[in-house]
Amino acid sequence: MSKLLMFEKPVGMRDTLPHIYETKRKLKEAAEGAMRSWGYRFIETPALEYSETVGEASAILDRQLFKLLDQQGNTLVLRPDMTAPIARVAAAKLLKERVPLRLAYSANVYRAQQREGGRAAEFEQIGVEMIGDDTISADAEVIALLVSVMKQAGLEKFQISLGHIRFTDELFRQILGTEERSEQLRRFLYEKNYVGYREHVKNLPLSSIDKQRLLQFLSLSGSINCLDEAAKLVEGSAGAEALDELKTVFSRLQEYGVDQYVTFDLPLVSHMSYYTGLLFEVYADGVGAPVGNGGRYDDLLEKFGRPAGATGFGLRVDFLLEALEQLEDEAGVHCVLFSNERRLEAIQEAQKRRAAGECVLLQDVAGVKDVDKFTETCKSVTFFVGKATGGNA
Amino acid sequence: MSMLTIAMPKGRIFEEAAALMQEAGYKLPPELDESRKLIIEVPEENMRFFLAKPMDVATYVEHGVADIGIAGKDVLLEEERDVYEVLDLKISPCYLAVAGLPDTSLNEVAPRIATKYPTVASAYFREKGEQVEIIKLNGSIELAPLIGLSDRIVDIVSTGQTLRENGLVEYETIVGITSRLIVNPVSYRMKNEEISALVSRLTETIEEKAVQ
Repeated sequence: MSKLLMFEKPVGMRDTLPHIYETKRKLKEAAEGAMRSWGYRFIETPALEYSETVGEASAILDRQLFKLLDQQGNTLVLRPDMTAPIARVAAAKLLKERVPLRLAYSANVYRAQQREGGRAAEFEQIGVEMIGDDTISADAEVIALLVSVMKQAGLEKFQISLGHIRFTDELFRQILGTEERSEQLRRFLYEKNYVGYREHVKNLPLSSIDKQRLLQFLSLSGSINCLDEAAKLVEGSAGAEALDELKTVFSRLQEYGVDQYVTFDLPLVSHMSYYTGLLFEVYADGVGAPVGNGGRYDDLLEKFGRPAGATGFGLRVDFLLEALEQLEDEAGVHCVLFSNERRLEAIQEAQKRRAAGECVLLQDVAGVKDVDKFTETCKSVTFFVGKATGGNA
Repeated sequence: MSMLTIAMPKGRIFEEAAALMQEAGYKLPPELDESRKLIIEVPEENMRFFLAKPMDVATYVEHGVADIGIAGKDVLLEEERDVYEVLDLKISPCYLAVAGLPDTSLNEVAPRIATKYPTVASAYFREKGEQVEIIKLNGSIELAPLIGLSDRIVDIVSTGQTLRENGLVEYETIVGITSRLIVNPVSYRMKNEEISALVSRLTETIEEKAVQ
């Protein structure tokens, strides 16, 4: 590696400059406000966790974890998501106080990127976890809240695609028999490789009817009507139950008045093994990757010794910023420029304006080389320079 | 209906891909190939095309600046982009193969493999338990064994003519390749209607061609 230049940062790390910071702050305030108003309480957890516990329980692949050693030789990870740390806190402490638990977070997470250095390896996620409520009402609430958060954040063109992993599993189990074979097919879906899926199905030793069922499964997306199609593919109660859950959640979302943002996508497999029920991804116009995702993960809390159902979502703040078409103008700053003999007047003027809620910078004219260039960056200027009375510019 | 942006690969695959689109009834402008313009709009189809290096098509699609792209499976294997691979267009068939000078074996100490496909090559030899050194080249891969840079090459073979002309022989076939229709994951949802229409028209055309 060549010698580092002094301004360089580690790969994937980003600075947030003032005007982006302002936009981000407003976006986060709006999103956090929505979550708070639904009764979710914010928590913070440490950036470092043990690799053996939170690292392994997390949904993020091992090769994406930043790892380091502590003084005792334990492997630590920079938290790759907030769900696993929250599950840890909930299991250890909070679930003793109140069930179900509604928690929210807004925090930086860390994921090493294999390809292309420019991709964010540290980014902010904002999301909620609802722990200890197994009902469909909990799933519906989380999705309805997600819509509310997106709207509060100023986004209108977005879409949530809903799937159900138990339907996928049940269909595969019925046709393929073994978990191993199901996993092979699930992997094609996870990798979004529909061509590979079709090829694989064609070469399986199955009846042509069963092959047709597996192929048709790929096209089960779009409006709620696809659930009726889905019902024809699967026998028995387990698959039907999963479809019922999807229907129920949709009608709940109609009651919330947010069903127009929701479509179905049954072949959606956003993780190989993490989710246990309803799952979803969120897409926004103008951003090439999902801005967030979520779903039910009933097996996670058990890993921390306190089994409980849970559901939630996480949104990527950087992607949401990308989806917002325009950045906020930097909040206007008023400049009070003074020369030494009128310092007191200037301080009083600044204090008066600050008390009225304005952002005011107080600048000694002797400290500025190019007054015009400096005042250009301000919304407005008051001069207390020389012996004359102050004037506005 | 929102406009679809389609990334087309320059060169070998382009003509077959354009012919397939035309067979499916899409009115592509005839000047698409020769044109110096980088981006061409076809308002009557509500589409916009641009030409890219074949290796870059999946990159454009992953980032969402193209909703759809046509890319060889070789590119998808090598680039591992997060895109939907929705359709095998069954055009430009070829395969990835291991080739080298006849009657040679791998150097025992550090066999060297020259290729444009380092990810594919390294995965292939790793799975076989061979430890090899991968040398990335950007073109004229056949030159590497002739000049003594490598023991083997991993490259695309369609007719085998280039290999023969250079006195090389194939040792192993890695995987068969055809061109695929790929879709950005967000476009796949946000422009579902337009994309589904395109996919079903192309599917029909491909099936008709398969019957013929």
